[in-house]
Amino acid sequence: MQNTTGERLKNKKDSSWILDNIVTIIFIVFTVVGFIVSKDVSLNYFLNELTSRLFRNAFLVLSLIIPVLAGLGLNFGIVIGAMAGQMAIAIVRYFTIGGVSGLFLCFLIALPIAALFGYFAGLLYNKTRGQEMIASLIVGYFANGIYQFLFLYTVGAIIKVNPTHPMINPSGIGVRMTVDLFPVKDGGLKYALDNIMKIPFMWAVLIVSVFILAIIVLSNNNKKKKSKKTPMYFLNVAACTIMIFISVFSIVTNNSLMQVNKVPVVTAILIIALCIFNELIMKTKLGQDFRSVGQNQHIAAVSGINVDRTRIIATVMSTVFAAWGQIVFLQNMGTLNTYNAHTQIGMFSVASLLVGGASTSKASNRHAIIGVLLFNSMFIMSPDIGKALFGNALLGEYFRTFMVYGVIGLALGLYVWKTNKKSRITLE
Amino acid sequence: MTGVDRKKSSLKDIVSKVGLPTLIIAGFWILTLVAGAFLDISTGTLISDTLKRAGMNGILVLAMVPSIQSGTGPNFALPVGIVCGLFSLVTAIELGFTGVSWLAVSILLSIPIATIAGYLYGKLLNAVKGSEMTIATYTGFSIVAFMCLIWLMIPYKNPKMGWFIGNGLRETIQLDGVGAAQLLNNFLRFEIGDFIIPTGLLLVFLFFCLLMWLFTKSKSGIAITAGGISPKFAKASGLNIDKNRIIANILSTVLAAIGIIVYSQSYGYAQLYSGPLLMAFAAVAAILIGGATASRAKVSHVIIGVILFQGLLTTALPVANKIFVGLDLSEIMRMVVQNGIILYALTQVKGGEK
Repeated sequence: MQNTTGERLKNKKDSSWILDNIVTIIFIVFTVVGFIVSKDVSLNYFLNELTSRLFRNAFLVLSLIIPVLAGLGLNFGIVIGAMAGQMAIAIVRYFTIGGVSGLFLCFLIALPIAALFGYFAGLLYNKTRGQEMIASLIVGYFANGIYQFLFLYTVGAIIKVNPTHPMINPSGIGVRMTVDLFPVKDGGLKYALDNIMKIPFMWAVLIVSVFILAIIVLSNNNKKKKSKKTPMYFLNVAACTIMIFISVFSIVTNNSLMQVNKVPVVTAILIIALCIFNELIMKTKLGQDFRSVGQNQHIAAVSGINVDRTRIIATVMSTVFAAWGQIVFLQNMGTLNTYNAHTQIGMFSVASLLVGGASTSKASNRHAIIGVLLFNSMFIMSPDIGKALFGNALLGEYFRTFMVYGVIGLALGLYVWKTNKKSRITLE
Repeated sequence: MTGVDRKKSSLKDIVSKVGLPTLIIAGFWILTLVAGAFLDISTGTLISDTLKRAGMNGILVLAMVPSIQSGTGPNFALPVGIVCGLFSLVTAIELGFTGVSWLAVSILLSIPIATIAGYLYGKLLNAVKGSEMTIATYTGFSIVAFMCLIWLMIPYKNPKMGWFIGNGLRETIQLDGVGAAQLLNNFLRFEIGDFIIPTGLLLVFLFFCLLMWLFTKSKSGIAITAGGISPKFAKASGLNIDKNRIIANILSTVLAAIGIIVYSQSYGYAQLYSGPLLMAFAAVAAILIGGATASRAKVSHVIIGVILFQGLLTTALPVANKIFVGLDLSEIMRMVVQNGIILYALTQVKGGEK
């Protein structure tokens, strides 16, 4: 009897591979179709957009991983982290402290604000157990109200500011809708991080490909027990080798791919550092606590883990990283849209992570990076697809919004549906 | 309002009976009314605006009752019903109806469409038990975004609705053009000084409240409530919970569809595209302010809640504008009150622990 159930489950595993990765597959198909249909998108334009979006958004998406592992689900509440980041930027901008030092001051100021916000959000999530995701969504809306009150009214009316400052509304009360963050050479924050060091795109591809290839080969040689090499391994090695060849070829012949925008090295290092942090923390005691709380809160509590505290720590971490992620995002944008920049962050980041193949209970750096690439490919392509297929770019933009919401709904719905089905099977 | 009437009994009794959020909002509303009176804003106008907006939003809030009672939680997917209503509304315009016949056709058309949508939505909710609220929110968002595509591509040709160039429908459609603006509001409308009563609108709202109240007393209504309170017990007594949940969500969706038609005629405009995106949250907040919880709701909660919430919002706008010039404080307050109350209700949801 046990045998047959096992077999049935195994069969299901094979057939449900598509179902497990349906969101990712939809996005890959969409992007490929986009390339076939649209005529206006050149490869260079696409790569330009994609790389700048990757470095802009990756940090924010990576900030979602820890709460998922700690069983809190997808933290739409990173919006409040983004608000903390914007507060820090507003303060630094007001005193016109520019350049790299100004940027690191932003990181520093954002840290306690975001930690405090994260602490409160964590308390709230502990009180709304089982409904964290909807609570995190609503807490973003709620905080937005307070944020607007703070920026529109308190600044100027209660906190005394210089009314002629270019950031402040002409009436002397409230921060302007858009605040220019000036280039670094004029004492601002724009590209403060990105412009520290830049290397040509193809060189970056070359370095990354060599690096990945080395990791794959080395890690596979280390596992001496499992010398069986999967087809996936060969596929990865082949892909890396091809990328190396393409990049070397471009560098030598100096073809059009060399004109793709240069890559910001320090931003990339920060993103990689967060990836490594996400990996390393799971190896510590705290990380193990995250994992056991994520798997089963009762068992974790019985084995002596302070569940509530662990969940709060996870939320605080996520919120702080989100604040920093928003600072990275804004220094790249160059303007602070005071009242709009943060509102969509939660939705887009969650959608990106889900597109990469994550779910409510599993997420990794790989999901985040693949997700950012695929999600933003869709974002770049959809207006052109709309134009090419229906002669209307607006249609593509609406379609884009539909994809964002649809992806989140579909991924979450499928996950719950599958868990419900599994628990029913075990019950029977 | 009830808070004032019952002040004779002991304070603790009131708080436990009426509910703390209800009392706070009621107190706040009275405060703004008093402030308004001091600032020379006509109280009559404020109250009549409140009544108008309560009647306008009432049926949308009423749509929360069946879904909460059935145990699926507040209907965060209210936009599913709303777009059904909007679709029938623009279809009725396209077919050339005006005035009362437009209203009748819109409502009649919306019922079957919303029934189908509600059935499918109920099926979906049965598949995702335990996370209904999150999934419902994203179902609502997705359907609104999907309908944006439909509004843009729909081959309706009536010049009252189209863009001046190109295909698709306008973002806001003036209902003046089909002689349907404030149709219900003006029915039997009367004025006492600056105090205006939109009789027809209120009658329609109360009529639907009565229907809903009768339904909750009916056999089917009681079965739905039983399934919502204790699914295991209801199942043991031989009730088909899944079916009841579907029925409840069909009702909720149909009410949402009718609700948006009544809303649009009172507002004078039909808002398409992203207009309905966040409407669910306001409706959820209203019923929660009335004293409902995420698992228990009555028709009285709807009436109290919608008057208090809309009252607070309508009163706060002119009052705040006089105190804080050049700042839209009422919008900020709406965000804080509306989402604060939903968060409060979420903390009261029991269970969910793994």
